Amino acid sequence: MERFNICIIGGGPAGLRAAIAAGSAGAEVLLIDENDRLGGQLIKQTHMFFGSEKQDAGTRGIDIAQQLVNKVQSMTNVKVYLRCAALGLYDDKVLTVLHEKKYRKIRAEKFIVATGASERMLAFPGNDLPGVYGAGAVQTLMNVYGIVPGQRVLMIGAGNIGLIVSYQLLQAGVEVVAILEGSPHIGGYLVHASKVRRAGVPILTSHTIMQAIGTNAVQAAEICALDSHWARLPGSEKTLEVDTICLAVGLSPLSDLLWQAQCRLTYIAELGGHVAWRDANLCTSEPHIYIAGDVAGVEEASSAMVEGELAGLAAAKSLGLARVDVDTAMSQAREQLIALRAGPVGEKIRTGLALAQMRGDEQHA
Amino acid sequence: MLKQTGVPSTDDLKRVSPSEVRLALGPVAIIECFQKIPCNPCATSCPQGAIKPFVDINDLPDFDPALCNGCAICVANCPGLAIFVVDERYSEDTALIKLPYEFAPLPEVGTMVGVLNRGGQQIGVGKIVRVQNPPRFDRTAVVHVEVPKCLAREVRFLALGANKR
Ligand SMILES: Cc1cc2nc3c(=O)[nH]c(=O)nc-3n(C[C@H](O)[C@H](O)[C@H](O)COP(=O)(O)OP(=O)(O)OC[C@H]3O[C@@H](n4cnc5c(N)ncnc54)[C@H](O)[C@@H]3O)c2cc1C
Ligand code: SF4
Ligand code: SF4
Repeated sequence: MERFNICIIGGGPAGLRAAIAAGSAGAEVLLIDENDRLGGQLIKQTHMFFGSEKQDAGTRGIDIAQQLVNKVQSMTNVKVYLRCAALGLYDDKVLTVLHEKKYRKIRAEKFIVATGASERMLAFPGNDLPGVYGAGAVQTLMNVYGIVPGQRVLMIGAGNIGLIVSYQLLQAGVEVVAILEGSPHIGGYLVHASKVRRAGVPILTSHTIMQAIGTNAVQAAEICALDSHWARLPGSEKTLEVDTICLAVGLSPLSDLLWQAQCRLTYIAELGGHVAWRDANLCTSEPHIYIAGDVAGVEEASSAMVEGELAGLAAAKSLGLARVDVDTAMSQAREQLIALRAGPVGEKIRTGLALAQMRGDEQHA
Repeated sequence: MLKQTGVPSTDDLKRVSPSEVRLALGPVAIIECFQKIPCNPCATSCPQGAIKPFVDINDLPDFDPALCNGCAICVANCPGLAIFVVDERYSEDTALIKLPYEFAPLPEVGTMVGVLNRGGQQIGVGKIVRVQNPPRFDRTAVVHVEVPKCLAREVRFLALGANKR
């Protein structure tokens, strides 16, 4: 059985930065991802990112991923396994994986789970018709494989993902017929909303989809307006001719491994679903398991990277590894996280994290 | 309004518009960023120091039109594509708009294109005067489009590609 100081599960921005941080501190690191390339969500993000220069603001997600991957590959004490899916994480510090179709065991002293989040589905008649996609799938098709999903798209959800994927559809030459949003307000950043709006895409708040229409594939969508109690406004029904319905109705943390490893989890709506209790260093109720990124609470790549760094440093420090000034680097990471979450759009995250940490501390007491 | 439709209201726009006096003096940035989000490349990219360094990364841009020369470097650097440069002194009866543009193919200099307002409606035609796309703009081109002066404060996009109406 192979042995490492620290094993990181998930090679998105959180896992990549965790690997770099733990590696710089002197740990022997294994980074695994079930995909055939590193980068997680970032490899699909062709738009410029927000944040400050420390989190590569103004740089496109895909370019941020490349910079992180180059760094990881230059580190001799960081090993990478691709096409390697984590299956089970046990309290004797053994991880079972399916690597290149072979079942294997890996032992590490600490694990950092950075598995990201999965897309939510929406229940409506016809949602199983070909032509109904998750926004993530549309992004993967277009930006990784260069395939457009259809010619006339209805987007459901005006959060950042719905807005950005709509913009990317326009860039790919696909018509976006409308963006529907159930709540009375656009949830994503208003600058994203303004840029799809001025390109001619109507954003219909207080609207939802009633059904997808079609025999063998989506041919149309029936939509309606909602009142302030989210009830259908009679008479507002409309049919839009579309061949694609794209769902961008939120993400939920991918916490399966954490459930199985018996970490304490709790449902926190503000963080997107069930998340693990954690201390200020992102260590869960199981002292050998840390978390970072969307699995710790659905947020952003900028904060996922800083969380990855913090978890990587903390895990290395707990093993007595401190090739760099770990304490200073950890307090800088914590300050960056506070700054990123300080504004009004960070309020939801602040509330959610307070809950996740408070219960985590109670748990240790 | 903005939170329902994505189109800023007249009041929103009033808050960020440079003064009439400054607009009459020639090219100046108009920063249409109204929501506190964790983002600051406008401030870090401006070579003139016209956008003050942010104390809190969630601050709104603090812009001094007197220091701005309309170079449009911030236009290419803003991830929100929220900044435009307007030159109302461009000619007797036309103005020049410099806007961020990330669609392929890029428009050709000399061609006439439909121009759109913030709601995506075509309100006229404009002439492509210049297309800046140097490597340091990192694939966000800055397109210079000449429009009738009366449209200078409305035109914010081009009618090209998908969704041209
Ligand atoms: C359309 C869109 C636009 C976005 N725009 C922005 C933006 O402008 N700015 C910003 O900061 N953020 C943005 N984000 C958010 C950002 O992409 C995510 O917050 C970020 O990628 C989360 O990073 P992560 O490392 O936690 O997870 P991910 O990037 O999801 O990576 C998780 C990785 O774990 C792997 N994995 C999962 N389970 C297993 C397993 N069992 N075994 C092995 N590997 C596994 C996956 O293959 C994946 O590679 C956007 C997201 C989307 C979808
Ligand atoms: S146009 Fe040039 S000078 Fe004016 S704010 Fe932008 S970067 Fe600064
Ligand atoms: S860079 Fe653009 S989106 Fe970001 S704060 Fe400045 S103006 Fe707003």
